Amino acid sequence: MSTAAANRDFPRAYGKVGSLHRERRWALWTSYGSLIVASIIFLAPPFYMLITSIKTNTEMADQTLNPWIVRDPTLEHYIAILGNPIFLTFFRNSVIVTLLVVAITMVISVLAAFALSRMRFWGSQVLATGVFLTYLVPDTLLFIPLYQIVGGLGLMNSFWSLVLVYPTLTVPFCTWIMIGYFASIPKELDEAALIDGATWPQMLFKIFIPVALPGIIAAMIFAFTVSWAAFVYPTAFITRPDEMPLTIGVVSQLVRGDTFAWGQIMAGALLAALPPVIVYVFLMDYYIAGLTAGATKG
Amino acid sequence: MAQVSLRKIVKSYDGGVQAVKGIDLEIADHEFVVLVGPSGCGKSTTLRMIAGLEEITAGEIAIGGSVVNDIPPRDRDIAMVFQNYALYPHMSVHDNMAFGLTLRKFPKAEIDRRVNEAARILDIMPLLERKPRALSGGQRQRVAMGRAIVRDPKVFLFDEPLSNLDAKLRVQMRTEIKKVHQTVRTTTVYVTHDQVEAMTLADRVVVMNHGVIEQVGAPQELYHTPATRFVAGFIGSPAMNFIPARLEETSGALRLLLPGGMSVDVPEARTARYRGHAGRDVVFGIRPEHLTDDKPTDKTNPAPLILTPEVIEPMGMETLAHFRLDGTELTARLDPATPAEVGQPLRLIAHMDQMHLLDPTTDKVI
Repeated sequence: MSTAAANRDFPRAYGKVGSLHRERRWALWTSYGSLIVASIIFLAPPFYMLITSIKTNTEMADQTLNPWIVRDPTLEHYIAILGNPIFLTFFRNSVIVTLLVVAITMVISVLAAFALSRMRFWGSQVLATGVFLTYLVPDTLLFIPLYQIVGGLGLMNSFWSLVLVYPTLTVPFCTWIMIGYFASIPKELDEAALIDGATWPQMLFKIFIPVALPGIIAAMIFAFTVSWAAFVYPTAFITRPDEMPLTIGVVSQLVRGDTFAWGQIMAGALLAALPPVIVYVFLMDYYIAGLTAGATKG
Repeated sequence: MAQVSLRKIVKSYDGGVQAVKGIDLEIADHEFVVLVGPSGCGKSTTLRMIAGLEEITAGEIAIGGSVVNDIPPRDRDIAMVFQNYALYPHMSVHDNMAFGLTLRKFPKAEIDRRVNEAARILDIMPLLERKPRALSGGQRQRVAMGRAIVRDPKVFLFDEPLSNLDAKLRVQMRTEIKKVHQTVRTTTVYVTHDQVEAMTLADRVVVMNHGVIEQVGAPQELYHTPATRFVAGFIGSPAMNFIPARLEETSGALRLLLPGGMSVDVPEARTARYRGHAGRDVVFGIRPEHLTDDKPTDKTNPAPLILTPEVIEPMGMETLAHFRLDGTELTARLDPATPAEVGQPLRLIAHMDQMHLLDPTTDKVI
């Protein structure tokens, strides 16, 4: 190739680099654009809750004002709701139910996933698939037969019914996440442990649980979210205020006939959303790592 | 430390596939035995049966005189080194090595003494507090060996421990393993597909193929007196040349008629051994290192082989030349000083005192 030809080719090659650059810029613009739109859509409701919760009742009722702007911010709804002992009861109920459900879920699903992913026994494959299929049954369908069971056990109107029922939602999914996570642990690791003298429980506690910690944390966050935010089951099983968790407590106790205490409802809902937000902020990385590991290996 | 006995060991999987077809093997105390063979020959399965990681379909395995068929791995008093190291990723090097002793409730002082001793042997003292992910492949391999050494077991089992390392490190670690064995003298069963590894490490090499043992012997024995065509072709690199030939007897002397109208004389010392096959088709086996360039000063070569190289591979200390003789590929090892060129006929000499003769119907060495 002559020098002249090379020189002619140079700008063309350069132009190609430029077009790549342009494509990349387009990709960036599109991603940012869609992310911004998505953020607005998802953040608008909580933002609206926030501004509503710090408005006075008169400001809220005034139809002439722009609803997105707060003129006279106040904490009166927060003070009212935090000073209301029933709200603290809701909060306590939610905490007890959630902690117990997370604990029960983790014990069952870690043991189940360990057995299903590592011990080959008759029907283990069918069982693993079966566990996942149970997750596909929606709770709106399940609460009818569960109502019978909860009633039969005499747990109606008690938050213990939730402790019993929530694991039907959390255990299958968490087991599935954990199966995927355990499956990604090389088989030689348990063989090395077996030869080193570990029993099955020792292998689980000393090798599998520490190695699969990100997956376990992801599963815990899931169980936490489900039991903290569940709405259908408590609505179905609990009508006594002092047994209610936050989700239905806020709605049922702050709506008196036709009167909606909007300010307090919003303040209550935001306070209720606070624990999951805190958990996610601290454990987000684990959650994502856990979900992706489960996704590719499960 | 102990001897290991395998008696009529069979492993078959669901669906009737037999991975190991009834092998017998006696491994002496302190011995270093290497199971070698192509992938799928049953060598790893055999090792895993000794470890207790695979159930034995039929037969008996004894370690130190007691049958271990129904004894779980942890009670067999063995230690194993895996191909991918299988280090516990969440534990430090020290804890990885100490894990087996901790589970066996050894006193802490004894654990530390043994870990330090092993770390000293393997030269990994400065790494004891690190996590496996902060180690290189070779260092991980050392830790995996350390984990085996601290246990002071009856038997070491190695499952292709060097396959994940790059070529240079592999040679280095090979020496390391040999050194360790010379220090601790533990009975060792080592599995590899690499015949060089097998030859360099083993007291005895067990060549396996299709689930059976082809031959057991010291490395030199396998090299010089292979029993079958498989062993003859598997041991040694580059592999032995196999040339279809016809054995003729003329007035008491034997001679091999080769393709292309060439012939070589069978040395007198072998005449008695081969006479029974005179007049039959045979396979003439000669290693590349015994098929060399004929120096003009050599007056002892009555019938040189004149061959035209197709490919020349200069290796530095030697030059490999590849030929084709009536469809049979041949390799010869030449003196690097010999001017060899593709397409230029070369005078070669076959060192017939190193010849092998195989029966083409049985593939056995005659």
